[in-house]
Amino acid sequence: MTLDLDLLPDGGVPWLDASGPEGHVVLSTRIRLARNLRGHAFPPRADDAEREDVRDQVLAAVRASGALGRSVVIHVDGLTRLERQLLHERHLISRDLAGLAAGAAVRHGAALVTDGAAGVMINEEDHLRLQVLRSGFAPAEAYADLERHDRDLGARIAFAFHEEFGYLTSCPTNAGTGLRASVLIHLPGLVLTKEIAKVLQGLTQMGLTFRGLYGEGSEVVGNLFQLSNQTTLGKSEEELLDHLGRIVRQVVEYERQARDVLLRNAPTVIADKVWRAYGLLRHARSLSFEETMNLLSGVRLGVGLNLIGDVSIYTLNKLLVFTQPAHVARRAERALTDPDLPAIRADFVRRLFDDDARRGPRGTGAPEEA
Amino acid sequence: MQCQRCGERPAVIHLTTVVGNTHTEQHLCEDCAAAQGIQTEVSLDKFPVGSLLASISKGAAGQLPAAAEGGRCAACGATLQDFRDTGRLGCAACYEAFAGPLRTLLRRVHGASRHIGEPYAPPAGAPGAEAAPGPATTDELRTLRAHLQRAVDAENFELAARLRDEIRSRE
Repeated sequence: MTLDLDLLPDGGVPWLDASGPEGHVVLSTRIRLARNLRGHAFPPRADDAEREDVRDQVLAAVRASGALGRSVVIHVDGLTRLERQLLHERHLISRDLAGLAAGAAVRHGAALVTDGAAGVMINEEDHLRLQVLRSGFAPAEAYADLERHDRDLGARIAFAFHEEFGYLTSCPTNAGTGLRASVLIHLPGLVLTKEIAKVLQGLTQMGLTFRGLYGEGSEVVGNLFQLSNQTTLGKSEEELLDHLGRIVRQVVEYERQARDVLLRNAPTVIADKVWRAYGLLRHARSLSFEETMNLLSGVRLGVGLNLIGDVSIYTLNKLLVFTQPAHVARRAERALTDPDLPAIRADFVRRLFDDDARRGPRGTGAPEEA
Repeated sequence: MQCQRCGERPAVIHLTTVVGNTHTEQHLCEDCAAAQGIQTEVSLDKFPVGSLLASISKGAAGQLPAAAEGGRCAACGATLQDFRDTGRLGCAACYEAFAGPLRTLLRRVHGASRHIGEPYAPPAGAPGAEAAPGPATTDELRTLRAHLQRAVDAENFELAARLRDEIRSRE
């Protein structure tokens, strides 16, 4: 099967529009619930036939519930590695479901149902990973959507639930509520003022954990951090979300203060930094992925500080997604290892800036080339 | 490296203390570290859960239910060793088979072992629902009734009806 992302509503990335609260610092909010079907081995232990059975039951329940009305079904186990990486780069599937970890293969029966903003990963390490993605900082709205889908599906298929331990999951670190809420947050001010280590340490002490752009085990690039709750058991869903919300608001405030300090104490240095980043993106002829992420972070900071006026956050979000390795390779119909990718990326970045400048700051959907 | 205190077990906790200009290093096994009241949970949390369980299972082995057939889950055949190796349980029934060590593990990971979030009752007649457990203990019934009350309070009547049915069937 071939993957056609154009079939996805909004290309599967409706959060790019930066319409959500705190959109200049918090890019997106994601919440997921881990669920398993009663009476079936968890996916890592189940055989191919059992995983197929689970997949078919979940798909039937999704269809019957109408929960994900305009959704598409993608059989991840039938995709090439490049296509799976593409879905992972769009944050539609996890590294585990995509089978991208070193030495790992895609699991037979792995599938995704998604309407762009909400979806279900099937046969990840749990039978179901229901997830909702929202623009900006919107945990309450995201959870309201997610809870509805959870109820709809849970009324049609029997989830594994234990009176004492709650929802039962493949890994006990997810048991109980099965809820992991995370925000993708941009913290260049705290990085530049060297306050970030202190903040991250504080987060850990408050029961939160941080990761890089791609979640578990990924490195921090472009000053982007994913903050999420560390524990899932012994607190109610509401408490977990409240706690995360309070701390994230605090981190946003720290970031604001750090930016104020930068503007006050080193205005020329900061202005030079963000304009250099912008200049490089506009004119470079070869850009690695990592360099692109770091330069985008500089421009995003410049926009946030009102130093750069003619670039929208929406353009920056699009660049963030569409300059990732699998996206560049696929658009150019090249292999991921192709040595020309940095030049192709630089070319794409220049054109996207030009197009968006011509069209004005507001566009819709994915860029035409994607 | 051997533990400095007992000299028997391997040292797994390496503690550097700085007081003023003095700087001391201690290399201890887990038991001796615990005996000295050194909090090790933070460092242990960084390890995969499998090895975390391995580190506590010696003490928890006595809690393994005898019916677990030498630590094997009757439903999926997974053993505690499988869990130690992969960090993943085999199926939902593993939680019953290894309830003792898991309870200890959950407390260390989450600081609690009892779910107090949203209650759930499976739909009657849904696939897999026939695998429902038999008569409930008084404790379980009490929890179910509490969940029922909360479902009613939250005006989640669909769930309340399912919980009511579940309580009736298990009384």
